[in-house]
Amino acid sequence: MKNLVIRCIGVCLAMTLPSAAQRAPDAVIELTDEIRDPRIAVSEILGPSSANDPVEHFNEELWKALEASGRLEMVPRGFYPRSSPGKPEDIQRDETRMPEDPARRGFYLRGWEDVPVMARYLVYGRVEDVNDRLALSGYLADVTQESVEAAYVFGKLYYSEPNLTGAREMAFEFARDILQNLGLGEGLAGSRIYYVHKEVGSDRKEIWAMDYDGRNKERITNYRNLSLTPAISPDGRRIAFTTYVEGIPKIYLHSLATNRRLPFYNQEASMNTTPSFGLDGNSVYFASSASGTSQIYRADIDGGNLRRISYSRSIDVHPSINPRTGAEIAFVSDATGTPQVYVMNTSGANRRRLSNGGGDAVQPAWDPTGERLVFTWTRGYEIGNYNIFLVDLASQRYTQLTHSAGRNEHPTFSPSGTHIVFSSDRLGSQQIWSMRADGTQLNQLTSRGLNESPVWAVR
Amino acid sequence: MRSKQKIILIAAGIFLTLFAFGCRKEAPPPPPPPPPPPPPAAPAPTVGITAEPSSIERGKSATLKWNSQNAVSAEMNQGIGAVATSGSREVFPTRSTEYTITVRNADGKTASASAMVTVRAPPPPPPPPPPKPDLSEAFSSASIRDALFDYDKSDIRPDAADALRGNAEALKKLLEDYPSAAFLIEGHCDERGTTEYNLALGDRRSTVAMEFLVNLGVPASKLSKVSLGEERPVCSEQDESCYQRNRRAHLRLR
Repeated sequence: MKNLVIRCIGVCLAMTLPSAAQRAPDAVIELTDEIRDPRIAVSEILGPSSANDPVEHFNEELWKALEASGRLEMVPRGFYPRSSPGKPEDIQRDETRMPEDPARRGFYLRGWEDVPVMARYLVYGRVEDVNDRLALSGYLADVTQESVEAAYVFGKLYYSEPNLTGAREMAFEFARDILQNLGLGEGLAGSRIYYVHKEVGSDRKEIWAMDYDGRNKERITNYRNLSLTPAISPDGRRIAFTTYVEGIPKIYLHSLATNRRLPFYNQEASMNTTPSFGLDGNSVYFASSASGTSQIYRADIDGGNLRRISYSRSIDVHPSINPRTGAEIAFVSDATGTPQVYVMNTSGANRRRLSNGGGDAVQPAWDPTGERLVFTWTRGYEIGNYNIFLVDLASQRYTQLTHSAGRNEHPTFSPSGTHIVFSSDRLGSQQIWSMRADGTQLNQLTSRGLNESPVWAVR
Repeated sequence: MRSKQKIILIAAGIFLTLFAFGCRKEAPPPPPPPPPPPPPAAPAPTVGITAEPSSIERGKSATLKWNSQNAVSAEMNQGIGAVATSGSREVFPTRSTEYTITVRNADGKTASASAMVTVRAPPPPPPPPPPKPDLSEAFSSASIRDALFDYDKSDIRPDAADALRGNAEALKKLLEDYPSAAFLIEGHCDERGTTEYNLALGDRRSTVAMEFLVNLGVPASKLSKVSLGEERPVCSEQDESCYQRNRRAHLRLR
């Protein structure tokens, strides 16, 4: 429930604004809609017996992808009617076959809407074998609608290779379409998490990537050195990171399509690090010690057009660009003696501290709306024991999302804004975890070696 | 057989008879010719030889000089062989050696002279050409110490200042002996900070340590710096004594 409260903050604030007075009734309706995630029934989709395994896998992955969106209340299958439609005509046929009451809707819609299912939406369809490929006819129905026609939300034909990988990708695609049609964003399926991986006993760190659920882990860099602080461009096509391959920390850029290194000019400095992409994806903000102490700089995607942004005598490091406006930078500065989270304009103006000065407050990351930041804070704990906090910029209100001793750090939002990925040593070693943006539904994504500094990318 | 012998005896008898007869018929024999006058005696040869210097260190040379009169040839021992009757020669004896020159006159009369070259052991091997330790040995035996820092801080504490003063002297001494040496100052942090902030903090620790050393006269051109953040701890225990060891500016050879 906590996330619902948080999500309503924007709405609640809107309600308190004088200009929103006329819209108040709308806002109330929105609020009631928002309070409850839509209940969705996801019927088991049947396929040819020749493709039992892929189809079974498809059903599992579709369920998980919809559930993982954090925006839907999944109705357990045990409550479902005995048979499910495979195509819209099945519903139509049911309507005509069982017109108990012409004014009422037939079993297929009513059966899903009524107790015990009480769904608002129904996912159904069928898989067929077409020329040795799997063809999914996938549909979404709003079972609360009065007529079969009105109940139809969307239907689409999907193809995949008849194997588990193909089935998984097809499930992701269908799940994304369902969420988008419901106005619930893109979900997590198809997004990727980039992170720093270290083998036990090794002194090297490489950048790896995995799916939203921890599957399909894949090594990205192979510099056999220290590679740290990954950042992904907004379009998910480029990665920037810090690497020691030349002896001192420098920023390297790779294309994620080819995994080839792209040119990036590193200015003369003992340290260029913590890159972050600008909103357009064609600029990079980073920290450099070129002037002596670490300061924030901006450069074009190739390192050219270098511009110094911060002019302080403190350490300024770890910039993060507001993904909505592109005009503000959250960063870390120790001007008060301990590291704290600050915000300034991309011009360097309007520099202001966001955290209250207590403890160490570091690693700021924006949510996709650009209205909230997550960061890592020692408040209430000993030095080095970090928890993840959320701060709403307008209200300056903090919400603590993790409450365990040990280190919970480096939070970043999923592109959907519904989830946060972070690293935690709550079970011993530093591993990657995801959770809903309200701190619930913890999910451990890695377990081998040491894993840290996750960032969540659209692809 | 016997007849052959007879013939030989008869022939020999006739021959002897004829010969004896013939001889008796000669005039009184002439006096024997006077012995050829003995050739005039060649003057006796003389020779003198010197070695200069007569005493050398092993490995050095001495010069032999000799003069002779009345000699037609000269020969030197010690495997040198024929030499001019007067001349000089540089020799490199490895131990004390007597050089003898023998000259000969036209009559084969000889004369000899000797010179001694004394070879001294070289002076005690020049203080064992100090087997110069290689730079990395010299560096590790120089007492270089880490400069330690407080948490979140990059101020030079008094104990760190002491360490850096000692390091500055050691580095300057090393640079005298190894002018091409160069050093790297690593800035490190304990694990309690976070990756990103610690990169910047480690950088500043390396910077202040480097400035301190430069102020003490270590040439800036011989120093470079790098931040390793919290990536290279020297220990991993989760207690203050280990954290303290990790919050350091560490010197190494570049």
